[in-house]
Amino acid sequence: MYAAIVFLPLIGCLIAGLFRKQIGARAAMFVTTGLLFVSAGLSIITFAQVAWGGVETQIVLLPWFSIGDFQASWTIRVDMLTAVMLVVVTSVSSLVHLYSIGYMEEDPDQARFFSYLSLFTFAMLMLVTADDLLQLFFGWEGVGLASYLLIGFWYKKPSANAAAIKAFVTNRVGDFGFALGVMATFAVFGTIEFDAIFSAIANDAAVTPLWSEQSSAVSETSISFLGMEFAALELIGFLLFIGAMGKSAQFFLHVWLPDAMEGPTPVSALIHAATMVTAGVFLVCRMWQVYDAAPYASMLVTIIGAVTALYAATVGVAQNDIKRVVAYSTCSQLGYMFFAAGVGAYGAAMFHLFTHAFFKALLFLGSGAVIHGLHHEQDMRLMGGVRSKMPWTWAMMIIGTLALTGVGLPMGAGLGYGFSGFFSKDTIIEAAYFAGEAGNEVGMFAFWMGVIAAFLTSFYSWRLIFMTFHGRYRGPSEVLAHAHDAPWVMRAPLVILSIGALFAGAAFFSSFVGDRSEAFWRGSVPAAHASAEGHGAADAYLEQADNTHAEDMQHETDASAAAPTVTAEEAEDEHSAGGAAAPHAVEADHHAEAADDHGGGHHPPEWVRWTPFGVTIAGFLIAVWAYLLNEGLGARIAARGGPLHAFLYNKWYFDQLYNATLVRGARGLGDLFWKGGDQKIIDGLGPNGVAAAAAFAGRRQSKSQTGYLYHYAFVMLLGVAAFASWVLFTASNSGAPS
Amino acid sequence: MIRDLLSVVPILSLITFLPAIGAGMILLTRAFARAEDAPRIAVNARYLALFTSMATLVLSVGLVLAFDAGETGFQFVEEAEWLGAGVAYRMGVDGISVLFVLLSAFLTPLCVLASWRSIEERVAEYMIAFLLLETLMIGVFCALDLILFYLFFEGGLIPMFLIIGIWGGANRVYAAFKFFLYTLLGSLLMLVAIIAMYIYSGTVLPEGPTMDIAALQSVAFPEGLQFWLWLAFFASFAVKLPMWPVHTWLPDAHVEAPTAGSVILAGVLLKMGGYGLLRFSLPMFPDASAFFAPMVFALSVIAIVYTSLVAFRQEDIKKLIAYSSVAHMGFVTIGIFSMTEQGVQGAIFQMLSHGVISGALFLCVGVVYDRMHTREIAFYGGLVNRMPVYAIIFMLFTMGNVGLPGTSGFIGEFLTMLGAFQVNTWVAAGAALGVILSAVYALTLYRRVVFGEITNEKLNAIDDVTTLETVYFAPLVIATIVLGVYPSIVTDMTAASVNFLLDNVAFALASGS
Repeated sequence: MYAAIVFLPLIGCLIAGLFRKQIGARAAMFVTTGLLFVSAGLSIITFAQVAWGGVETQIVLLPWFSIGDFQASWTIRVDMLTAVMLVVVTSVSSLVHLYSIGYMEEDPDQARFFSYLSLFTFAMLMLVTADDLLQLFFGWEGVGLASYLLIGFWYKKPSANAAAIKAFVTNRVGDFGFALGVMATFAVFGTIEFDAIFSAIANDAAVTPLWSEQSSAVSETSISFLGMEFAALELIGFLLFIGAMGKSAQFFLHVWLPDAMEGPTPVSALIHAATMVTAGVFLVCRMWQVYDAAPYASMLVTIIGAVTALYAATVGVAQNDIKRVVAYSTCSQLGYMFFAAGVGAYGAAMFHLFTHAFFKALLFLGSGAVIHGLHHEQDMRLMGGVRSKMPWTWAMMIIGTLALTGVGLPMGAGLGYGFSGFFSKDTIIEAAYFAGEAGNEVGMFAFWMGVIAAFLTSFYSWRLIFMTFHGRYRGPSEVLAHAHDAPWVMRAPLVILSIGALFAGAAFFSSFVGDRSEAFWRGSVPAAHASAEGHGAADAYLEQADNTHAEDMQHETDASAAAPTVTAEEAEDEHSAGGAAAPHAVEADHHAEAADDHGGGHHPPEWVRWTPFGVTIAGFLIAVWAYLLNEGLGARIAARGGPLHAFLYNKWYFDQLYNATLVRGARGLGDLFWKGGDQKIIDGLGPNGVAAAAAFAGRRQSKSQTGYLYHYAFVMLLGVAAFASWVLFTASNSGAPS
Repeated sequence: MIRDLLSVVPILSLITFLPAIGAGMILLTRAFARAEDAPRIAVNARYLALFTSMATLVLSVGLVLAFDAGETGFQFVEEAEWLGAGVAYRMGVDGISVLFVLLSAFLTPLCVLASWRSIEERVAEYMIAFLLLETLMIGVFCALDLILFYLFFEGGLIPMFLIIGIWGGANRVYAAFKFFLYTLLGSLLMLVAIIAMYIYSGTVLPEGPTMDIAALQSVAFPEGLQFWLWLAFFASFAVKLPMWPVHTWLPDAHVEAPTAGSVILAGVLLKMGGYGLLRFSLPMFPDASAFFAPMVFALSVIAIVYTSLVAFRQEDIKKLIAYSSVAHMGFVTIGIFSMTEQGVQGAIFQMLSHGVISGALFLCVGVVYDRMHTREIAFYGGLVNRMPVYAIIFMLFTMGNVGLPGTSGFIGEFLTMLGAFQVNTWVAAGAALGVILSAVYALTLYRRVVFGEITNEKLNAIDDVTTLETVYFAPLVIATIVLGVYPSIVTDMTAASVNFLLDNVAFALASGS
């Protein structure tokens, strides 16, 4: 069954890709979509089996390669983390397939499009079911290829081609780090297989790095990289995160994602919102043991995530292309996921990944419906007031926006009532606050970044809604005359996704991050309270290098097993027994809190719980004021410009910066090496120089095209002949037997 | 069973000289033909070349199947009297060489097919040159006597010269000249080194001086001598590979060579350099290899970054791919001199994989060159509109060139970097930069040639790949994917011999110091 989940999309891809002429575009669409729905159905069954049946398995399909100790295999690994991703990927993908039947109706190249979509899904499934880093890398690059092909799907558009290359190359920069991370992992652990790595970290086992003859405990192993000494896990965490930054469009490597909107909109929904871009988050969660034991790497994850969350939100405020706004929003939400993972709230990161997939796919597909209905118009300045023309789309977009902005009432015992994003985003913001309160400064930084970004998110999301659906229509009237809601084949996926956006948060809160999380994740990521603590432990690690994480984890598990009754004193005792030199009082507090939490959930101060709510409302009100009540005010502010607007509109000038340095640098160096290095220096001093010096010979030789050949053969044979005769001569002289 | 069958015949000599026999037959048909038979001679020559090279391929496949991958030493060894005094006709293969025999035999029939229509002048001579070239290439990988090796190694250039010089492009004289100067320098130094080895072996071996490669591998050359010998061999192999900064002959040679010539040049001839390093430099001069490894690393990393950037700026499709070949060969030298299992196995894999992928890329260039007679990138654009199948094939090999996991290109690059990482992280990181840059130049090329609208009117009537072209691309497509998904078929073959080699090197290094 698991193999079917993964390989059905590949079969669909091959059928649609190779036999499109024979079977026709319609059949290709239905085959791929049908297979994807089968795959999605099986994924949901798998999810249920794993979540409630506790089924976990690894199926080795084929060894990939094994050189010495290095072994990689084609394996399907199924645990809870994988199961979550399976559901996200196949359900969004199948809905996007369905939606595309309508969206791509008039495209002459439907079969190719569906083939690519299925190819992407296959690669993504290989990524999430990987059991070692290399298969993950296979999926990682495979989704990169599919993304490249789909961004450049309309290959006649130069801008699409440029965006495709930009995406691939930027991802490659990330892969540079990823590949080195895999190598470092192998160098330290002698394996790249997940379970072997995790158990080595958990037991703080003795490892023998490849270049060394002495073995040492994992936490004490250091590794020299580019002339610097790093703690092994820090380096691995750091390098792998570079890969994650590329794939998940984090600050510095985010430049490709907005441009990727050149692809058809369903692609943006599937790849550049719901699935592929979350692969980086998945990677960090998959490798959580590494990050939990690598406080500095985690800090970096937190900072980059928090900065991205804010950065992308600020840029999103000033964009006019409807898809770009949603794209920057994606970038920003990915930042949330990362800083959640960075502060140790892996469950919260995965929870947000899960809910975000639904509402962001909904928003993208909704935007697609708008674009589709308005004759491929994407500029919001040329929209407005189309609500009456597309009431369905409007309703869906409103649900998506409510979910994205995280609308909900933080009341009751930590739960409250609200849309999906409310549960997952507020959990993240609170997790950052807890981390900050426990002494992690970057956690507090992330908390504030998250709060500000939440304000901006609310503002730009409602700005999008108001500019698109409300007020006065600003585009050409003939377009408006034909504006319409999408056909049902496109509307149905929206409706299904909107159900996810409405209820996924409430339905899965307790499983992902609440009191059932321990039983839900079963160790594939740390359960909610343990993770918050895990980070506390990591801080202790910062201060007390000898406090090893594995012991902490051990204790936490113990503590939670006895959960509600564990007291601070007991926890402290356990620590003393374990010999860990952690600051006992702090640790004990955490354990008490963990125990407490197990009973009824976190109890952050009231203001922390109400702050996201407040800023969301504030953002909404300002958007109402600027775009609804005073229609045109936002446009006037934008038109008057000013440096701030220009700065935001131009995305902080990242593209210009990279163009001026990296792109022009590569061109300049290429020309320099080619014309200066190769032609002037090497050829000038080498062959051409020799030729000039031997002009006489050169002139004679150039008359006969094969002149050199004779010289060459002559010299060579002369050499051999001379040698042979010399051999024979000396042999006969010395009387040796010949 | 195949092994028993093959043991009754001198299989290596058969594989090596069968193409030469085919060449002789073509020569005969020509000699006895009348002038008005010229078209028929051409047809006969094509079919004879195809059949001979296919027969060679079948025998090579048999050889590989019969090869005992568990054995570390040379297999199918043949020995015959030749010049005497330690110089004999010795043939044999081990895990390092046997797959190169297969690679040569695999690419030659494809080259014959690729030349089927595109070569119309002096067809018989062309086919003769190709078959002779095949004999000499296979001979290089089978020879177990230094003089024999030298003859094959240097002799292989003669048909290549002819192919470039007679069937090549407009600027072939300059290209041949460069090629000549570089290789001459290398080959003379190597010859001197060979003679020195011969003399030295006479002073230590009880049976007198020898050119037997297996025997020479057990001679412990004194360190001082090793350095000179290593440098002399390196000069020759570095030119062949080619390594920076002696690479400038390659782009010119490729540009002027006919398509099939480029395929063989990139596919096999470059690999002789890497093979030489593995066969001679590492096992015979281990101390010198260890001593010079940092220099090789530096040159390789420079090659990867430098030539990748140069490739990015090329305006000629073939030149771009030629420069990318230099970059890919940089991974090979890194892998070899990492002297780790992963590195060396990766280097061999990279050579085989590059043989397939770069060969295929040159064939891709050939497809459009045959139609439009230009290789200028700016001339093309929008080919996908007229040539969808071609676009898929070209995309696959572009991805192979970029080293996408799932294609054979990834395995070699990754393993060589993995090997290097264990020795020096700077080298691994530098090589990994090449992975970024390869995406830059390869995708830019693809975009400029294949994507976009057709803006050049001359392309409006260009046709997609023909059946014949599909036939010769198919095996390459299969090889690229199979080797990427299940590379064990190669690495299982090479493992024992590589480990044996590395153990010996490690032993020599340990006892030396």
